[in-house]
Amino acid sequence: MAGRLAVSRWRAAPSAAGRGPLLSCRRWSGAKADTVYDVVVSGGGLVGAAMACALGYDIHFHDKKILLLEAGPKKVWEKLPETYSNRVSSISPGSATLLSSFGAWDHICNMRYRAFRRMQVWDACSEALIMFDKDNLDDMGYIVENDVIMCALTKQLEAVSDRVTVLYRSKAVSYTWPYPFTMADSSPWVHITLGDGSTLQTKLLIGADGHNSGVRQAAGIKNVSWNYDQSAVVATLHLSEATENNVAWQRFLPSGPIALLPLSDTLSSLVWSTSHEHAAELVGMDEEKFVDTINSAFWSDANHTDFIDSASSVLQSVVGFLRPTKVSARQLPPSVARVDARSRVLFPLGLGHAAEYVRPRLALIGDAAHRVHPLAGQGVNMGFGDVSSLVHHLSAAAFNGKDLGSMSHLTGYETDRQRHNTALLAATDLLKRFYSTSAAPLVLLRTWGLQATNAVSPLKEQIMAFASK
Amino acid sequence: MWGGRKLSSSGNRFLGVLRSRCWGTQAEGARLTSSAENQVSWTPQTKPRVFSEYRIMWFKSYRMTFACLNRMKIYRYPWRRLYSTSQTTVDNSEIKTFLALAHRWWDEQGVYAPLHSMNDLRVPFIRDNLLKTVAHHQPGKPLSGMKILDVGCGGGLLSEPLGRLGASVIGIDPVDENIKIAQHHKSFDPVLDKRIEYRACSLEEMVEETAETCDAVVASEVVEHVIDLETFLQCCCQVLKPGGSLFITTINKTQLSYALGIVFSEQIAGIVPKGTHTWEKFVSPEKLESILESNGLSVQTVAGMLYNPLSGYWHWSENTSLNYAAHAVKSTGQEHPVPAEFVFKGETEELRDKDSTNPGLQEELKK
Repeated sequence: MAGRLAVSRWRAAPSAAGRGPLLSCRRWSGAKADTVYDVVVSGGGLVGAAMACALGYDIHFHDKKILLLEAGPKKVWEKLPETYSNRVSSISPGSATLLSSFGAWDHICNMRYRAFRRMQVWDACSEALIMFDKDNLDDMGYIVENDVIMCALTKQLEAVSDRVTVLYRSKAVSYTWPYPFTMADSSPWVHITLGDGSTLQTKLLIGADGHNSGVRQAAGIKNVSWNYDQSAVVATLHLSEATENNVAWQRFLPSGPIALLPLSDTLSSLVWSTSHEHAAELVGMDEEKFVDTINSAFWSDANHTDFIDSASSVLQSVVGFLRPTKVSARQLPPSVARVDARSRVLFPLGLGHAAEYVRPRLALIGDAAHRVHPLAGQGVNMGFGDVSSLVHHLSAAAFNGKDLGSMSHLTGYETDRQRHNTALLAATDLLKRFYSTSAAPLVLLRTWGLQATNAVSPLKEQIMAFASK
Repeated sequence: MWGGRKLSSSGNRFLGVLRSRCWGTQAEGARLTSSAENQVSWTPQTKPRVFSEYRIMWFKSYRMTFACLNRMKIYRYPWRRLYSTSQTTVDNSEIKTFLALAHRWWDEQGVYAPLHSMNDLRVPFIRDNLLKTVAHHQPGKPLSGMKILDVGCGGGLLSEPLGRLGASVIGIDPVDENIKIAQHHKSFDPVLDKRIEYRACSLEEMVEETAETCDAVVASEVVEHVIDLETFLQCCCQVLKPGGSLFITTINKTQLSYALGIVFSEQIAGIVPKGTHTWEKFVSPEKLESILESNGLSVQTVAGMLYNPLSGYWHWSENTSLNYAAHAVKSTGQEHPVPAEFVFKGETEELRDKDSTNPGLQEELKK
């Protein structure tokens, strides 16, 4: 599976069928427009806006012109809304470092976020569990609402508006790529045509327009993707009683993982990936039944079988004998009392990975390059990791006076990130498939595997380190 | 021509090995040609390690002389730009060779790939040494306010990065076609268009009008083609402001450079056409230094450069027996020239001290 996702630089000439509007595009000849942007970021979501911000604040980009294209309207808040949004992200320490490098993290701290110190992941079919925490109980990660992050990024973009121009309600409709080598009178830049007919020229186009990336399709980059037969249901839940609430909970049910992420002392966010039918049912059912379903999903041991239970307790006693301090008792998450009205939403899940992240004058970041199951909470963190890496390479290139669209440093970014992302994507997909079954042999395997991993601290630390980058 | 050349048995074996390795590229080449007809499709860009092919634009003379050039990218040697101090010493056959390759300047994976990747070494070298002479610089435009003369600029490969860093660059080259290509390439970038100026002329023609106006002169891969090295370096010195910097990259005159640069590249592998280089014109760092010192330029740094043909990247090296880079500073008149030291990261304090005493001394002189 990793092989399918791995880089192969096979670039068959894309079929004309997949071209769409590009077939009618001509190569631009001679006419030189007024501004040639150094970088255009197409897509103003979390990752795209972070990219534009990071470049705008980079010291070697002080002389450069950056443009951010966002199809939606500008989201402004006069003040923080009282109700929590239902779309939240788990921000790893590495991503937090990136956000603080251009001052967005301070805005987030001034608004709201929740740090969590422990994570318990356990199986519905057995007693096996794994508990992640840092030795000194440092923050493992932060749960932040997506809207809060977006607001912080928008504020920082406004502060650097002399270098970064943001065009809202602007969608690119077509792209024209330059020839591989200079030919007489053909422009060496990428030309972008917007919905209103205006055109832009840029030396480097960064595609951050989500998993249905228009940039990626226009470039003809092959994308390995499949849809999971699962949808995720998100909701904002009120807990029965106020607790310290600094633990993230995730249980693997046969239908899919259910996760409870802390938002405040009394609120948590739900992310429940399950089959399409069940997801639709969950969103439709009345509040009381919904709350009961959640509680029983976390607490009920209906899926346990005697065989598995005895097998796991055997290994548990062995571990207890060898390393008495490493036996973790299973804890139960806080019980849920209510759900916020209108906060129940569902969205489909899938996996995707672009065969190439870069082409001359083109780079893909975020979901445009890779799409992952939310079970590991890594989607946006991988995107922020892409931003970090690309900014690092572009900054060095700018300080060397290089042409920003040159493949020499873009391939450096691609190698860095494909190595990391492919591994994570493969692992997440594997986990999802492994835990989607309740067949006894596989359950046994994963029970023992989880217990063993829980007992071996260096392995756990490695996993945490990889996920926090 | 290639066909008529007699190869040694080892050369034949080498070619055989390379041909078998290149076989895969033929298939790619076919794809490339077919996709070139589709105007809109994107043709693959490959890293230097993978062989790329350019069947589309193929000049007959080019093919004959460089038949193996594009298929054997393993051992690349830096391409030299033609420079001479007077028009009459220009070799017409060499001009033809360079003219045939003129459109290749800006192909980063093409013939000039080693020169493109040499920028990773020479641009930081020039930038860092120039930044030592200023107290503070503008972020984003570290070289702004500096006037740089790029002698033998070719297609503008080095002029453009220096322009992007904020410097005002004048690029000169005796080959008209090169200047045309350079001019055309920079015309698409409005920022570079203003900062860089190209002229098809020789250094002597520039000396009268640009005497003592340049903060830096760059002569990269040039001095090994010059007929009269002393006059050339004298002119460089005249163009420089007092305290200005001269940057030279060239090839050493050693047995190793003969073996690799002439015998291997030209005669065995055919990477460089026969007769492009004359080993006698290679310049050793010692000779360069002595000429520079006698002209009032003190050598600050000499550093070896090494090209890895497999990766396509250059590296700094302690060994100067193949390629090397040199940085010299024009004395400001009353100063004793600093003795040559082979240091890598220079003595910032020393230079700064020198600079700080300069205005004082100059004032004294005026009195």
